[in-house]
Amino acid sequence: MKSGLWTIFRKELARFFGDKRMVVGTILLPGLLIFVMYTFMGSALTNQFTVDEDFIPKVGVVDLPDSLNQLAEGGALPLELVPVTDAEQGKAQVTGEELDVLAVFPDGFDQAVAAYTPASGERAPAVALYYCSARTESQTAYSMVAQLLDGYESTLANKFDVNSDQDGGEMYDLSNEDEAGASFLSSLLPMLLLIFLFSGSMAVAPESIAGEKERGTIATMLITPVKRSHLALGKILALSLIALLSGLSSTLGTLLSIPNLIPDTGEVSISLSYTPAHYAALAVVVLVTVLLIVACVSLLSAFAKTVKEAQTYVTPLMMVVMVVGMTAMFGDGASTQVWVYLIPFYNSVQCISGIFTGQLQPHLLALAAASNLCYTALGVWVLTRMFHSERVMFQR
Amino acid sequence: MSETILEVQDLCKHFRLSARQQKLTHSPDRVKKAVDHLSFTAQRGEMFGLLGPNGAGKTTTLRMLATLLEPDSGDAIVAGASIRTQPEQVRSRIGFLTSELKLEECFTPNFLFDFFADLHQVPDQIRARRKEELFTRFDIHKFAEVKVANLSTGMKQKLSLVISIVHDPEIVIFDEPTNGLDVITARVVTNFLKDLRAQGKTVILSTHIFSLVESLCDRVGILIDGAMVRCGTLEDVCQGRTLEDTFFALYEERGNTL
Repeated sequence: MKSGLWTIFRKELARFFGDKRMVVGTILLPGLLIFVMYTFMGSALTNQFTVDEDFIPKVGVVDLPDSLNQLAEGGALPLELVPVTDAEQGKAQVTGEELDVLAVFPDGFDQAVAAYTPASGERAPAVALYYCSARTESQTAYSMVAQLLDGYESTLANKFDVNSDQDGGEMYDLSNEDEAGASFLSSLLPMLLLIFLFSGSMAVAPESIAGEKERGTIATMLITPVKRSHLALGKILALSLIALLSGLSSTLGTLLSIPNLIPDTGEVSISLSYTPAHYAALAVVVLVTVLLIVACVSLLSAFAKTVKEAQTYVTPLMMVVMVVGMTAMFGDGASTQVWVYLIPFYNSVQCISGIFTGQLQPHLLALAAASNLCYTALGVWVLTRMFHSERVMFQR
Repeated sequence: MSETILEVQDLCKHFRLSARQQKLTHSPDRVKKAVDHLSFTAQRGEMFGLLGPNGAGKTTTLRMLATLLEPDSGDAIVAGASIRTQPEQVRSRIGFLTSELKLEECFTPNFLFDFFADLHQVPDQIRARRKEELFTRFDIHKFAEVKVANLSTGMKQKLSLVISIVHDPEIVIFDEPTNGLDVITARVVTNFLKDLRAQGKTVILSTHIFSLVESLCDRVGILIDGAMVRCGTLEDVCQGRTLEDTFFALYEERGNTL
């Protein structure tokens, strides 16, 4: 003899794991597809926005000043300079892809620069750079030439330097790699985790609740002595476990594909040097969040007469949860205000964000977990009432 | 001496009609009286037939007895338990079978038997004996590991019968048990009903088939428009006429026309 709760729990798992298509579609495919998709996207983005390492831009120059000509002849510029007599002709060559960028200097540029003083209030001598932003090579050439000219301008009136000893190994950015990576993860992962957990719930809960109503199989269980509360809780626990596995698959797919999605440019470094306490806290947050999500999806599914109708009801909730997840992208770490940790879903976002930035305080985590468990318990109670309701269960 | 095992006391049930349902049924009333002050009793070891046309309230009555629907007023005592205050005890003492109750198609008969035995808290040693007995009686062994989705209608009906009595209930309630069945499966079902009675079980049977009631039931209650218009043994109810003639006479007496 086994308790009704355990019997329902086992039956839900048996139904899911007995269907190979469900297992593949809900657990294996999401992670695999995310990995393949993100890897493909990363590769495509890399190819689209980078040029070959040995790329030397062809720069058309109108009225090249002697100072720059000397630099070019000395081999100091990684450019191929092409003299152009007429600016309009040069622009046509840029659009025709014969040149990557066109630099038009004013006549007597060196003399004008030497005579110019910022205090005079007059307009400084101006160099015009023409390029095609739609062409990766032209865009890259523009950036290189603009950077070179900026550097040249600095050397003309070098009064002081900022962070000049970087080559000597001095570290001016005092945040370590972990913090930079944490900031990235804390803005991205809350939304991704919520979406993944919600998608996993959406794949199984409507089928388990509305599907059983639609097929008439739930009525067969309702005429047994099993407690309605055991029926509700058994389903929610089993569906939560499946949603967790689905979420885990998607999260793994994402974490494994991040290095492919974001090439190592030195700007963003993903480091996962967290302690077991961080992972335990994350596990608690994910667990209470998935229970709450499954409870919500189950409640909406119990209202529906068919699986299709249930999915229609659940979709707006998913959008709300996505928007809540996106708030982590615009915030500045986890909030320290206590009441924030009482708001369902938003408290999970704050907790996940806080865990990755190391800002989360244990009492806030406990509050968020307790409040989510309370909301889940409320959901189980309402679902139990719905299983008692003939209007909900037998309405056609 | 007979022992009353089921006592239905002044049971009432109304359904609120939606505007669409009102339109479909051409009814000006927002409320439909499904069961109207229904009272009757059934004795242990008796087969009691509830006879009535579609919409007479048979299914609603049986669903209330099975605690799937809650009565608006009145009560029923099923094997000593009240359907209003002790629904879980009632459910553990009855078996309920209707064509509207389905089994999960992704499971096998073996799994479903164990699952429902667990829900009914049947002890393991009793379960094994009961499974062997019922699977042999209905010849289920040969498809015990085949998913329900791949079974024929007859096999599914046999399995449903078995599942409904997995816990060896004192009272078995069947709602239109032969509806939609082929003649062979229908015979299997009627033979099974006779077996149950022979075992001393109480069977409550709803149907609109006169011959089924005449051949199986010890007593019959005729239900028209939610009210019990006649109840007793076949002899008492028919008083020398056929059951069919008696039924139509009562039907017209209530102001209904054919």
